[in-house]
Amino acid sequence: MPSKTTNFTLSAMLAAGLAAATPLAAQTADRELTVYTYESFVAEWGPGPQIEAAFEAQCSCDLKWVGVADGVALLNRLKLEGEEAAAGVVLGLDTNLVTEAKATGLFEAHGIDAAAVEVPGDFADDTFLPYDYGHFAVVYDSEAIAAPPASLKELVEGDSNQKIVIQDPRTSTPGLGLLLWIKKVYGDDAAAAWSQLKDRVLTVTPGWSEAYGLFTSGEAPMVLSYTTSPAYHMVAEETDRYQAAAFDEGHYLQIEVAGLLKAAPDKELARQFLTFMLSQEFQQVIPTTNWMLPAVAIEADLPDAFDKLVKPATSLLYEPQVVAENRKAWIDEWLNAMSK
Amino acid sequence: MSSLLTRAESRAAVLGGVIAIAAISVAIAVPVTALLWRGTTGEAPDLGFDSYLLRVTRFTLLQAVLSTLLSVALAIPLARALARRPSFPGRVWLLRLFAVPLGLPPLVAALGLLTIWGRQGAVNDLLTGLTGGEPFSIYGLSGILLAHVFFNLPLTARLLLLGLERLPQEYWKNAAILGLGQWTTFRHVEWPAMLQPALAAASLVFMLCITSFTLVLVLGGGPAATTLEVAVYQALRFDFDPSRAVFLAVIQIALTIAALALLRLTGGRDDVSELMVTGQARPDVHGRAAGLVDMTVILVAALFVLSPLLATLVAGLSADLPRLLTEAALWRAGLTSLGVALCAALLSLLLALLLIRARLQMPGLGAQRTKHGLDALAGAAGSLVLMVPPIVLGAGWFLLFRGARGSILLPLILIIIINAMMALPFVMRVLEGAYRTAMSRNGQLALALGVTGLSRIRRIDLPALARPLGAAFAFAMALSLGDLGAIALFGNDRLVTLPYLLLQKMGSYRTADAAGMALILATLCIGLMMLADRSVSRQRSGTQKNPQKNKGRMP
Amino acid sequence: MTAVSSATSDRAVALQLEGVQLQLGTSSMHFDLSRPTGSVTAIMGPSGSGKSTLLNLIAGFLTADAGRILIEGIDVGHLPPARRGLSMVFQDNNLFAHLDIATNIGLGLDPHLKLTADQKKTIEAALERVGLQGFGRRLPGTLSGGERQRAALARAFARRQPLLLLDEPFDGLGPGLAADMIALMLEIRRDVGATVLMVTHDPDEAKMAAGHVLFLSKGRIIAEGAIDGFFERRDVPELARYLGTDSSPATAAQKRPPTSPLP
Repeated sequence: MPSKTTNFTLSAMLAAGLAAATPLAAQTADRELTVYTYESFVAEWGPGPQIEAAFEAQCSCDLKWVGVADGVALLNRLKLEGEEAAAGVVLGLDTNLVTEAKATGLFEAHGIDAAAVEVPGDFADDTFLPYDYGHFAVVYDSEAIAAPPASLKELVEGDSNQKIVIQDPRTSTPGLGLLLWIKKVYGDDAAAAWSQLKDRVLTVTPGWSEAYGLFTSGEAPMVLSYTTSPAYHMVAEETDRYQAAAFDEGHYLQIEVAGLLKAAPDKELARQFLTFMLSQEFQQVIPTTNWMLPAVAIEADLPDAFDKLVKPATSLLYEPQVVAENRKAWIDEWLNAMSK
Repeated sequence: MSSLLTRAESRAAVLGGVIAIAAISVAIAVPVTALLWRGTTGEAPDLGFDSYLLRVTRFTLLQAVLSTLLSVALAIPLARALARRPSFPGRVWLLRLFAVPLGLPPLVAALGLLTIWGRQGAVNDLLTGLTGGEPFSIYGLSGILLAHVFFNLPLTARLLLLGLERLPQEYWKNAAILGLGQWTTFRHVEWPAMLQPALAAASLVFMLCITSFTLVLVLGGGPAATTLEVAVYQALRFDFDPSRAVFLAVIQIALTIAALALLRLTGGRDDVSELMVTGQARPDVHGRAAGLVDMTVILVAALFVLSPLLATLVAGLSADLPRLLTEAALWRAGLTSLGVALCAALLSLLLALLLIRARLQMPGLGAQRTKHGLDALAGAAGSLVLMVPPIVLGAGWFLLFRGARGSILLPLILIIIINAMMALPFVMRVLEGAYRTAMSRNGQLALALGVTGLSRIRRIDLPALARPLGAAFAFAMALSLGDLGAIALFGNDRLVTLPYLLLQKMGSYRTADAAGMALILATLCIGLMMLADRSVSRQRSGTQKNPQKNKGRMP
Repeated sequence: MTAVSSATSDRAVALQLEGVQLQLGTSSMHFDLSRPTGSVTAIMGPSGSGKSTLLNLIAGFLTADAGRILIEGIDVGHLPPARRGLSMVFQDNNLFAHLDIATNIGLGLDPHLKLTADQKKTIEAALERVGLQGFGRRLPGTLSGGERQRAALARAFARRQPLLLLDEPFDGLGPGLAADMIALMLEIRRDVGATVLMVTHDPDEAKMAAGHVLFLSKGRIIAEGAIDGFFERRDVPELARYLGTDSSPATAAQKRPPTSPLP
């Protein structure tokens, strides 16, 4: 049995463990801003590191990212933490979620001039500011699939041996996007469409990062992503191997937004970040790190690769209010169809 | 049986037992009450939810039944082959290897299985290369079954092997002299010996599979392959829908109670650690063809269990371990994990010892009825723990403390409590027999010498129990280190354990980092398991007096 | 060892071991022996002397490193136990506990249990022969120790094999019961015409049952001869020590055989 020494060692280790679980304090900057966002935004190849460096250079503060699996998980987390959420800004919700996010009562008006914002449908809101947008698309591996689906209908009805990885609409904004996309196209037949598509789904991941990782490592020949995703492979990897499939019915639009938390410890700094978000420094980083289109016209040219991307003829989008009213019912419908 | 404790010690033991029972009851009753209260006061789940609920329940049962059937059906030929080959080189190591999955973190196993059986894995390469057909998909029911068989086949095979090796040596000699042949030997000798352990193992596997969380979470691949445990977690963390979580949790408890009743009915009391390393001589086994079949079965099983472990090792070693080891996040998670595991193991051990001491505290106190009541209560406390799976327990605490947000200490304590409860049945199992033996061996002597109280606990009881205590402690730590259930509910960016960090790395598809961390976690847990295994087997060889006769080469 | 078979013709030799050697761990065994048909031989010796090993070699549970084993003139060295023409009775566990007595005997007649009417009659007759008529449907656990050994003898009787190996079969039955069992065994031997080898530690048992003794020590037969007067021999120190008839008091503890159940 443990002697006194081992008892001491045990308690020392335990103390160390507990101490290690608490965040390391003592940063050099005296002001601090925590931003809740999604996982891929803060990946080393994502916009996070560059934006952090740029913002810290002008604010003399410490910017901290906290990443969760994906956009809807962000909202879940806020609902869970309520006013104890230890952040100033939440970045990574989309228009589908803004009504529900406002209903939590955790956000307050940003009070920032958003005149420079140019997004499809001219989305404007006093609480949430757009920072980028894009269209959802099925991205495929041209070495594994010769004839990609040309419509949502073909995706739903196609060969179930050609798998696709999708995201969970309960945690991920692309997942929710596909749900709304199918609802928009199929209406009341959405459940039937999901039942049919189900066999093509290799796996449902909680977030975009994992799904896209599975796709690029060859686990599945298709993934739910964005029309802009191939640009990454063309620019960073100089390959045309991965392409987005253009769908006849049009593509569902995603406008990503950020908002200011009522309980922000340093609101001034939080507002400073939101202003910075619409600046050139932030916006120019977005296309080649987040691989989305900037919400503010940027001075620099987009890489040529962006010209070769699928340009959706039709943008599909629900009003935020409609999504808020129906999200739970539609997700239950999805759960039911997918669990059959 | 006369009392082996003094009156004062008896009273202390009973008091300790009462405290332990009270602590366990509180740890379980409080969250369950929170769930039920929430269930009766919260809004009723919507229409349309019913069919989802029905399907999740059905799938939970389906996967558990199939996993059980597969594990047992495959374990029968494997145990038989192992019993028929009592002395091939590496047999000792193979049986040790079969103890590994029990303590292996499910997340690590899932990762290893994905490497081997995934679309890019060796098995699919072989299959598509041979048949040219479509690759096998590990996600969904097939993946869940694969993982459950990976975890439970070795366990079941060990239990069946124990049943076979318990048969008297003369049976095999008789079978040889009477020329019974393989089929008759199987039907009239081996199968009857395996039947009871097979039933016991089946109910144990069923119990484990019906509460399986991590494997289903990672390999399920969507709502079609979701179990109640995962659905409870998703209802809380994905939907933030407490009433749905409560509904699912209540069904889960009902299912576990049914499974537990089944377990009691089949009387699974076998301790796999009793298994001898070398088997019995088998004079009834002869012939090259039969030998080839046996060794093929053993080799395939060994490959099946070993390949995901090797994949974990290879992938882990090719990760950038030196860089990974300089990551503060890893150290933080590692220290948190170790701290939690240490506390959980200590708590589990303490509760188990108090319970056992009170339970074995027979007459001497006079009031027979109190004793019986206490014994039954202590037994019931053990069952109570099994009835409420970790996720459900966590869900109750989660609702009670609204996610235990904002604090570090509270979720940490909750995780420790849940992990300690989780390990308790296993710890009890290891300790109870050892404690009984130690008491009957030393009890009279201690009384006669007048060594009592704390001094007796320190000088006589604890040293006699050092090895089983060590084994139970190591095993409880391994279980806690590998647990993803409690941390999945309570974890956040400030409270991260190794499995949670691993899940995050997998989620952000940092494959190499995940592989490196899986290796670190696996090494910790397997090391602990080996330690537990060794301390048990050394203790056994120390007390074993009669080395088996007639060992030697068979024709 | 000098060969003792020179006087008898080959046909009459039921069992012969020629230069049989076996290394078991650190102990090495070496056996030469020859027993005539119909003889009853007691095998004795201290613990670890190789008594059971000798039986296991003959039965085929162990394979010799060198030498030949002949049963009725046939080299059985490479035959599995079932084809060597022998029956065996152990001290315990002769019957499969979950099968009734008739089935236990039936397995000895047809391993697939597809018993003909004749074979069923044989089982009945064998049970009757050992005084267990009507016990066929009972499980071994419901029988006394003596009854179980009778059932084992009944199986040996039904099988009618030329060689009967007994490994301390009557140990623990008590002297009276053991004597009855020995008498029964001798009757069966006569009926079947079998040659018997019996490991025992009890000189009285040996005297009752056997006409010949092999005394083993350290894996070798160091003394053998007719039972009459064998235990009075004083020229073999190991034998004297085993029987406790030498003067040294330290050997008294040795007298108790090693096979008695542990306390």
